[in-house]
Amino acid sequence: MFNSTDVIETIDMIEKEHLDVRTVTMGISLLPCVRESAEKTAEAVYGRVCKCAEKLVPTVEQVSREYGIPIVNKRVSVTPVSLITAAFPEKSALVALALDRAADALGVDFLGGYSALVHKATADYERAFLKTIPEALASTKKLCASVNVGSTRSGVNMDAVKLVGELVKETARLTPEGIGCAKFVAFCNAAEDNPFMAGAFHGVGEADCTINVGVSGPGVVQHALSFAPEADLTEAAEIIKRTAFKITRAGQLVAKEAARRLGVPFGVVDLSLAPTPARGDSVAHILEELGLETVGGHGTTAALAMLNDAVKKGGVMASSRVGGLSGAFIPVSEDIGMIEAAERGAITFDKLEAMTCVCSVGLDMIAIPGDTPASTISAILADEAAIGMVNGKTTAVRVIPAPGKKVGDTVNFGGLLGRAPVMPVHTGSAEKFISRGGILPAPIHSFKN
Amino acid sequence: MKAVVTVTGTDRKGIIAQVSAFLSEKNINILDISQTILGDRFAMIMLVDTSECSEDLASVSAAAAEMGRDIGMSVRVQHEDIFNAMHTV
Repeated sequence: MFNSTDVIETIDMIEKEHLDVRTVTMGISLLPCVRESAEKTAEAVYGRVCKCAEKLVPTVEQVSREYGIPIVNKRVSVTPVSLITAAFPEKSALVALALDRAADALGVDFLGGYSALVHKATADYERAFLKTIPEALASTKKLCASVNVGSTRSGVNMDAVKLVGELVKETARLTPEGIGCAKFVAFCNAAEDNPFMAGAFHGVGEADCTINVGVSGPGVVQHALSFAPEADLTEAAEIIKRTAFKITRAGQLVAKEAARRLGVPFGVVDLSLAPTPARGDSVAHILEELGLETVGGHGTTAALAMLNDAVKKGGVMASSRVGGLSGAFIPVSEDIGMIEAAERGAITFDKLEAMTCVCSVGLDMIAIPGDTPASTISAILADEAAIGMVNGKTTAVRVIPAPGKKVGDTVNFGGLLGRAPVMPVHTGSAEKFISRGGILPAPIHSFKN
Repeated sequence: MKAVVTVTGTDRKGIIAQVSAFLSEKNINILDISQTILGDRFAMIMLVDTSECSEDLASVSAAAAEMGRDIGMSVRVQHEDIFNAMHTV
């Protein structure tokens, strides 16, 4: 028989502390869909995605009901579309529309992979593809786009960084409140098995079809820490590890079971603490539980470093295969603690940048003034990409230059995307630096062979 | 298949009788029961065998939740593996 305390602990985690499996994401290779025209390729893409993921949503919902654990999102990721449309990149939007129709037909929440990997150079077909992103995001509902602009091995492609700044501005102009930018992320060291949006895509080294799962549970970690207000940080790290283990085991169980029922291989569990705008589901509040008066103050980076590391150590033990982004996410608009700290002016853009040196991803879901120049957005991305490149980690930028908004205004995205107070960015121009283009060379310590 | 039934809420008479009647009606066999008071909360945990039940676990779980609402308690039926996974190495 079970230990009553253990059973009740699980029930409380789910019902009171927002424990859930954040996403079950099916990765689908689109490489078999390449045809001689954009129209026929789009048709093949629609058919293949619908066939592979036909049972995804009902199966995942059944698993959720049987195990009594919420599974918040059902998603699909696909091969970077720039590879599929390389022969007719200007017509890539046809594939975007086909993917969006497929996402609608399947009932999935988002579909990611309208992407290009240009970390070493931008081929002509990739440049043409990238230019279709704003229109593709404006004409679809569930499609997410991403670009990998750098890697530790190849350096940072500054020509792509320059272009991304322009794409972000254009996407903001074409979509209400700039919401299209919430579905567009630029990476350095992108993960090819990431189940989280907006950056999910299915790498070319992946299986034909696979199931990746993203876990969550910041509320559970905060709750566990609340019982040990006097614990030193070594002990606090142990508490986080134990909690992360339990959270991840639930994710691993769901991943294996969903994959078995769908008859596709299990890929990875992404060991992430992903917040939502709901109270009690905040990464920022974990940092405050550790003793910070407010997230964003001095000490925040250290606390986040410890949290991120402990989540990984607890999670690795709990899962047979780990991948994706794995760590703590710090999206501003999707975390009530972050939103409130930003509204109080307690957290700044620069502190967020420092935090991205030690957390799992990067500058995420930050609203910035609508009149921010494209070159400044490119420069923000260049800084992040440099951090990722030099530290051998994934970094990313997902900012929203909300049209017509200025510092102090708020942008409401709704649902899990939350709301974001518009944060100030530095106004010194990076125009000349960004317009130089070229490559930021890979760091010397990347030569490991 | 084994499942764990948890019943939580404010203690009162007849809870075990009502939950047992529900399980019997679904042809679910009770293997073990423990009852405890945690703080001000009544908590009953049952290990049950659903192999002779004709409905799938998701339907039983939905029916149990509804029955729970009728008697003013929270009643959940979950596959035992969620607890095994989270609390054993």
